[in-house]
Amino acid sequence: RSASAPPTPASPQPSTPHPAMLRATLSASLRARSLRAAPAAPAVLAASRARGFSSAADEPSKTFEFTPFLTSRVDVDKVPESSAVATKSELIHYFTQMFRMRRMEIAADLLYKGQFIRGFCHLYDGQEAVIVGIESAITYNDPLITSYRAHCQQLSRGSSMKEVLSELTGRYTGATKGKGGSMHLYNPKNKFYGGNGIVGAQGPLGAGLAFAEQYNGTGGVAVAMFGDGAANQGQIAEAINMSSLWKLPVIFVCENNHYGMGTSTARSSGAGDDFYERGTFIPGMKVDGMDVLAVREGFKFAKAFALEHGPIYVEVDTYRYHGHSMSDPGITYRSRDEISDIRKSRDPIDRVKAKLVDNEWVKVEELKAIEKEVKKEVDEAVKFAKAAPPPPEHEAWTNIFKEDCTARGTLLDNGTYK
Amino acid sequence: GLPPVPPAPRFDAPVRAAAARAAGGGAAMPRVNLVAAVNGALAGLLEEFEHAIVFGEDVAFGGVFRCTNELLSRFGPDRVFNTPLSEQGIVGFGIGYAAMGPGHLALAEIQFADYIYPAYDQLVNEAAKFRYRSGGVESCGGLLVRTPCGAVGHGGHYHSQSPEAPLCHVPGLKVVMPRDPCTAKGLLMAAGKDDNPCVFLEPKALYRAGVSGVPEAGYELPLGAAQVVVPGRDVTVVAWGAQVWVAARAAKVLREGFGVEVEVVDLQTLVPWDEETVVESVRRTGRAVVTHEAPVTMGLGAEVVAAIQEGCFLSLEAPVRRVCGYDTPFPLVHEKYYLPTEEKIVECVLDLMKF
Repeated sequence: RSASAPPTPASPQPSTPHPAMLRATLSASLRARSLRAAPAAPAVLAASRARGFSSAADEPSKTFEFTPFLTSRVDVDKVPESSAVATKSELIHYFTQMFRMRRMEIAADLLYKGQFIRGFCHLYDGQEAVIVGIESAITYNDPLITSYRAHCQQLSRGSSMKEVLSELTGRYTGATKGKGGSMHLYNPKNKFYGGNGIVGAQGPLGAGLAFAEQYNGTGGVAVAMFGDGAANQGQIAEAINMSSLWKLPVIFVCENNHYGMGTSTARSSGAGDDFYERGTFIPGMKVDGMDVLAVREGFKFAKAFALEHGPIYVEVDTYRYHGHSMSDPGITYRSRDEISDIRKSRDPIDRVKAKLVDNEWVKVEELKAIEKEVKKEVDEAVKFAKAAPPPPEHEAWTNIFKEDCTARGTLLDNGTYK
Repeated sequence: GLPPVPPAPRFDAPVRAAAARAAGGGAAMPRVNLVAAVNGALAGLLEEFEHAIVFGEDVAFGGVFRCTNELLSRFGPDRVFNTPLSEQGIVGFGIGYAAMGPGHLALAEIQFADYIYPAYDQLVNEAAKFRYRSGGVESCGGLLVRTPCGAVGHGGHYHSQSPEAPLCHVPGLKVVMPRDPCTAKGLLMAAGKDDNPCVFLEPKALYRAGVSGVPEAGYELPLGAAQVVVPGRDVTVVAWGAQVWVAARAAKVLREGFGVEVEVVDLQTLVPWDEETVVESVRRTGRAVVTHEAPVTMGLGAEVVAAIQEGCFLSLEAPVRRVCGYDTPFPLVHEKYYLPTEEKIVECVLDLMKF
């Protein structure tokens, strides 16, 4: 279904060709190659390796239905189907990834309550299908950037649980040397640009990443994630406008978990609970973010679209079980019933589990075996993090400028420090 | 010999006096914390000015620190309401409302001072220049932006900043930072009524750190007036906000352990700041230290030190020093190392005494 606006051609005409677009034309062959590229390499996991995926030829697969996409400014005949084929090994992979994320976030909750994690800690449990679905539609050639709710993105972009939990607990073994904490996780090797504390700031950065892809002809699409609260930041509108003007290959992803901290979308958004039309003059799409297959199919379409036509605004309808952060109980602005209702009816992990079990592709014991291995991985990571040392004192002075510099301040001996 | 140290005035004497004037004497002064004091000031402004409004992110349910607790139920959703997550929009919107004229108090909240930067353009280029560029025919004096600032023990890069320097550097804005509940209520009410755009920085570490007697009635303390909180003879330490308490603790250590009498001055209003009180103090003591959490380079301390050396040159026994945060982003795990602690102040003062 599209929005009420008449279907417009999917490729708006550019006005004056921007120099970058000329380069982009030259790299069209590269883009075409990336469109035909293999699906995302699954993140390596001992459990998955142990399972030994059966070959594609003889493993069971089925077409699964999901909530249809809502679109805006997308040709009616280009909107992807509300169903997709998934194989047993794919579903097991999604289950395992999401379960790892779920257990890691719950471990972070316990670490926070035990005061091993201090400061601000924003958990992603409930939203796992979003990042797992996205990663299954893109590759590590596609740069990813998101907000402070970034633990699971750091995991999906290749960091180990030990590195993530070490960073959260402020240890030197953390992904960013313990200097960034929960909100500032990065993995440049796999083109993950954080982990950004200021709401909405990652929007224009996403446009810049997309421009780099286009300029360098590296063929990637930038995926810039932000929340329903951030959608109200002026800089998001600025990023959308620049991306549209220069036809940058970027997907703006609004993770609509319906609450910006303590304020519901109904009380903070002029457009109510729909964000996919917020791009106004760029196409938009609304995806059921609690269904990993819906997210995967939606982003396969969005990636192809962005590489060919420029920015697209994808809203994923999702939900967070925890409050905004560990400082927020999460029940002063929503009821416990609402949270448990969603857990019962839309939990992303349970959905994939049901697909596997109901189709008798796995026995419950096999899934329990995976769960046991994940819990082992989490326990080891927690133990590792608790035992790791904090960053040494001299790291307070590193990474301010590129070169060594004098950081003035007051020591006990009143000197400056180099 | 040296002149005797004057008897320590009760540091809340100005508050008592102001409260007594406002309430005709005998005002009740229950002991409450900073959150309650701020809440009381906002309620007082909403009561007195029917065109006063309170708005910001999550203020309707009481706010993340509860400073706007129950204001919605008392004053209604037309006057106390949430905004979307749009700092630039919040402050710009407030400027426009305040521009309607006197009595239009736009009491905006920026959830953490670290988030004030999207609104910085509105503050600098709109709010601060409104009166000047209109030749005085228009202004937005009713704008008051409240925001929690400062270190809190675990805030990291974006929940700990003290952005007073870039704010104070803007002619046309007033910037205020209280040190405790009873001065906070008086300063906040004064800032709200002051016909200039104001930024009210609330040290979040002090929100529930302690209580003091706060008059139930509304009252004001003068803006632009510093206060000597600890009288002394040997060295003047200038501070504001939570750092006043760090300086007071250092003063105690220095008096009891080393016989050095430190005079602690709380600026209270950061701009326009009370140069006269500070200069008068340093002319008496001959030594001065300025201390603040924000990084030392280009901090507010530089301004105070410049004025001290200009006004007290012939009275100085030693160079004027600063004990401040380092020139790094506010760190996460290294916070204890970064902060200008009482030990650092003690060392600095002892250094000055040996000069």
